[in-house]
Amino acid sequence: MTFNLFVLPFILGFIFLLFSLVKKNREWIHKMDSTDRKKLNNGLRSPRLFLALREIFFESLLHRKMFRRNPLLGYMHMSFAFGWLLLILFGNMESRIYSGFWINPPYYPIFLKFFIHDKHVLPFEIFTVPGFFRFSMDLLLVFVLSGLVLAIIKRSRSKWFGLKKTTQLQFTDKVAMTCLWLIFPLRLLAESFTAGAYGYGGGFVTQHLGNVLAFVWPLSDKAVAYSFWWMYSLSLGIFFVTLPYSRYMHIPTELILILYRNFRIYPKKGSEYFSEIEVLSCPRCGVCIDVCQMNTAAGIHDIQAVYFLQSIRNQQVMEHITTRCLVCGRCQEICPVGIHADFQRIVQRESFQKLQVQDYSYLIQESTRKAEVVYFAGCMSHLTPTIPGAMKKILDIAGVDYLFLDEERSVCCGRPLMLAGKSSQAQKLVEQNKRKILDSGANTLVTSCPICFRVFREEYQLDIRILHHTQYLLELIKKGKVPLQAYFRKIAYHDPCDLGRGSGIFNEPRELLRKIADLVAIGNEGKDSLCCGGSLGLLNAGTEEKNRITKETLANYLEGDPEILVTACPLCKKTFAKLSPVEVMDIAELVMEAIPK
Amino acid sequence: MKSFGYTISEDRQIDFDANDRNMTGFINSIEPSIRLCLGCGSCTATCSAGHFTDLNIRRIHTLVQRGELQHLKKEIMKCMLCGKCQLVCPRGVNLRNLILLIHSALEKSGL
Amino acid sequence: MSKTAIIIGGGAAGMETASQLARLGIEVDLIEKQSRLGGHLNSWDRLFPNRRDSKEVSEYLELGMNDGISLHMNTEIDDIRMAGERFTLALRDGNELYSDALVIATGYEVFDARKKEEYGYGIYDNVITSVELEEFFRNNKQKNLFEGIQSKRVGIVHCVGSRDEKAGNLYCSKLCCVTGVKQAIEIKELMPDAEIFCFYMDLRMFDRHFEEMYYEAQEKWGIQFIRGRLSEASENPDHTLLVKLEDTLTGLPLKMKIDLLILLVGFVPSPETQRLAAMLGLKEGDDRFLCAADEHTSTNSTAIPGVFLAGTVKGPAGIANTITDARSTALQVAAYLK
Repeated sequence: MTFNLFVLPFILGFIFLLFSLVKKNREWIHKMDSTDRKKLNNGLRSPRLFLALREIFFESLLHRKMFRRNPLLGYMHMSFAFGWLLLILFGNMESRIYSGFWINPPYYPIFLKFFIHDKHVLPFEIFTVPGFFRFSMDLLLVFVLSGLVLAIIKRSRSKWFGLKKTTQLQFTDKVAMTCLWLIFPLRLLAESFTAGAYGYGGGFVTQHLGNVLAFVWPLSDKAVAYSFWWMYSLSLGIFFVTLPYSRYMHIPTELILILYRNFRIYPKKGSEYFSEIEVLSCPRCGVCIDVCQMNTAAGIHDIQAVYFLQSIRNQQVMEHITTRCLVCGRCQEICPVGIHADFQRIVQRESFQKLQVQDYSYLIQESTRKAEVVYFAGCMSHLTPTIPGAMKKILDIAGVDYLFLDEERSVCCGRPLMLAGKSSQAQKLVEQNKRKILDSGANTLVTSCPICFRVFREEYQLDIRILHHTQYLLELIKKGKVPLQAYFRKIAYHDPCDLGRGSGIFNEPRELLRKIADLVAIGNEGKDSLCCGGSLGLLNAGTEEKNRITKETLANYLEGDPEILVTACPLCKKTFAKLSPVEVMDIAELVMEAIPK
Repeated sequence: MKSFGYTISEDRQIDFDANDRNMTGFINSIEPSIRLCLGCGSCTATCSAGHFTDLNIRRIHTLVQRGELQHLKKEIMKCMLCGKCQLVCPRGVNLRNLILLIHSALEKSGL
Repeated sequence: MSKTAIIIGGGAAGMETASQLARLGIEVDLIEKQSRLGGHLNSWDRLFPNRRDSKEVSEYLELGMNDGISLHMNTEIDDIRMAGERFTLALRDGNELYSDALVIATGYEVFDARKKEEYGYGIYDNVITSVELEEFFRNNKQKNLFEGIQSKRVGIVHCVGSRDEKAGNLYCSKLCCVTGVKQAIEIKELMPDAEIFCFYMDLRMFDRHFEEMYYEAQEKWGIQFIRGRLSEASENPDHTLLVKLEDTLTGLPLKMKIDLLILLVGFVPSPETQRLAAMLGLKEGDDRFLCAADEHTSTNSTAIPGVFLAGTVKGPAGIANTITDARSTALQVAAYLK
């Protein structure tokens, strides 16, 4: 007889969960546009499907990225995810041995030890097939329980896990988490009590634990064991039912996210469904809290990516949660699931800006002269005249035929508007600049400002080469057009957020600098670099808060005791210069100094 | 109809008490740095849009403080939100947020 | 053994404190890191408000340097130790000095105008600071400062490095406004057909005769005052400057060609002041200048018994006030040493 009333909570919960997931997925596919749907269809029939499965195995199960950051955290998550999956797999295989059927009701392997009491297998018998499975199931259960112990400790002593702050949980999260935490201890107890009551049928842990329980608690008999099977089933059932409303929704959603990502489906304007997938994929692990400088430097604790995504999920997005963010990309970088928190932040900003129009009809068409290279210094460079000044001199020395497009007055590149959630309003500015650039007939666009650089590359749809000045200067130097002589000792290089994490340009500035200086090694380099605090993405913060962020970042560089702090962005330069005890220079200035007179 | 030779001309004083300064209060409470303005005009001087048009952010700020809201909407629509004004301000006034808040306040009051 | 005092810093404050203490019969050691006494006073030409020759004040201060004062020139301090009521100063050259009271008179420095990059100091040719202008007047060595300047338009920029969150200094340096007006008059004296403009946010003419100097500048000398703070200066091909500001009183942006731009740089606490403060544990204000024991009633002593302050270590101050302050410090020190 392979049915009992107690399996009902499990079955009902399981069916409910299955239905919810199918419904949600159908909704998402329905909301896709034709490009994304095509990508999905193509992807499912291509080798990328295996790449996706591979990523699922390494990230969702083994948590490889997290292991690299923090082995203890990685082990904890892995033991739950991988351990539980193995329990299910091995459990299914074990149940085939006893039922003789390839297809069993889904609850059968889960509650196998209630239905089957095999007295012919001993607890430590590994080399027979049933013995191997008996042993493995117990081993896997211990594996999962070890992770559970760590998870419980992490809730109260997160510092031991390298997390200074861990996520504050909501009510549904607490219910789901409690049930999740109860599942495996209850399974252990149910199996043990049963093994103890029968005197056989358990594994090397469950049998011996069962024997102890039977000895210590003489009343124990099959009725007590039965109550534990009920509790086990209930905890599973309630967990399944609350899962879609809790953080654990990330388990199924993450798989979809990885799949879509491997099929080259990315968040883009208008793909609301993708935003929803990303929001639900957030496991609320909290690693984004500690890397956020609004938290560590400015003491603002309610806007980090995890809380932001949570507010979207609860449909309670408050404007200040969208505006008080540096949009620096640090949370996006560290997210083990790969959620594009920055992108979602701007999407939410757009929703607050819908009705507010701009009027740029005062921009008139202007003619541009022809040149091979267009140099666009960017608005901020007017306030750091050394940068365009140095660029002009270097370009002259290299004999480049260039047009300094915004020498007299600049039309903003448009990215600050986009960061404020007004990207449709920015189009007029984009058109104005684009027309001037194309009219010049140039084949290369060089800019000093990473903010402009990023928007030129991502939004302007220009067919010409687009380079940041660090890249262009390196090119000129390699071609021998710029003679270098002087050499500087001990400089530290700051990766601007929009150039480094935002555009992936880490190596060229460093290669350029190594030709003229000794780079000092610092913590938080490259992808981990800190934000200067001058962010145009931060719409709403006090001067004191921004200064604290600047100071925190400066302290990081000063540890290496550099003589000069070198950066590649006029806004970073101005922001650091305010508080830096060492000199702050742009790369272009440094190159200028290195040229023999 | 024959004109009698006189017209009613608008009193161009700022009637401080007659002005509705609710929006001022709203904006000031959300962005306290706005109260720090000393009227130096660096912001207006450096303004990107100021090269093409007569957008005057210092004046906009002062008019908001006085409760003179009539032409604000047309004016702030010209702002490119580039942030140069904020970067030169010696008092650290968060000017970009001022523009966004004025937009928001005008929208809320149905203007 | 009679009690002694050590004064660190041989500028106007240090010199006057020393001479007053010597007059009261107290043995004084005066430590100065440069090779001459006088500090910043040596850089000034004529002092406001009456535009008298600063050398007269220097001579007065020199007169007070008598035998009761042991001068230690070119001397720097490595460490200060306090034991009970005695101070031991370890000097850079290896010697040690002892005293029962310490006066910190290490003064100030001027704001490094290169930090206000948008004004072009150190980048463009024709941008100088008020200090450099003062030195020109005093030494006349840079005769070519005004040579070759065509239309002779001079611009004076107020509040450079002061009242500026972006420069890291929120405070007002007090004396720059009156310096600017004074220098405007002096330039006009030198070049009567020049046009002089002062670009200001406020005009802080707070002391006696200052406001009258402003009146004279406008009425007699034709100095023009434009209320607006420069946002940036750029260089024309002929090395003249183009300044941009808002003329706030008309409410319109203004741009203007300028031949020579003078930046009125403000006060910042000197690194030496901050170093000594850290050594002794003296309290600094948010503006990084040192704090006296009480802002109204004890402006010359500190929370540490035996450690006194004189002059601009406490914040921007003019020569007249510094000398008065130094005398007050001397009195406090004398009373303490009794």
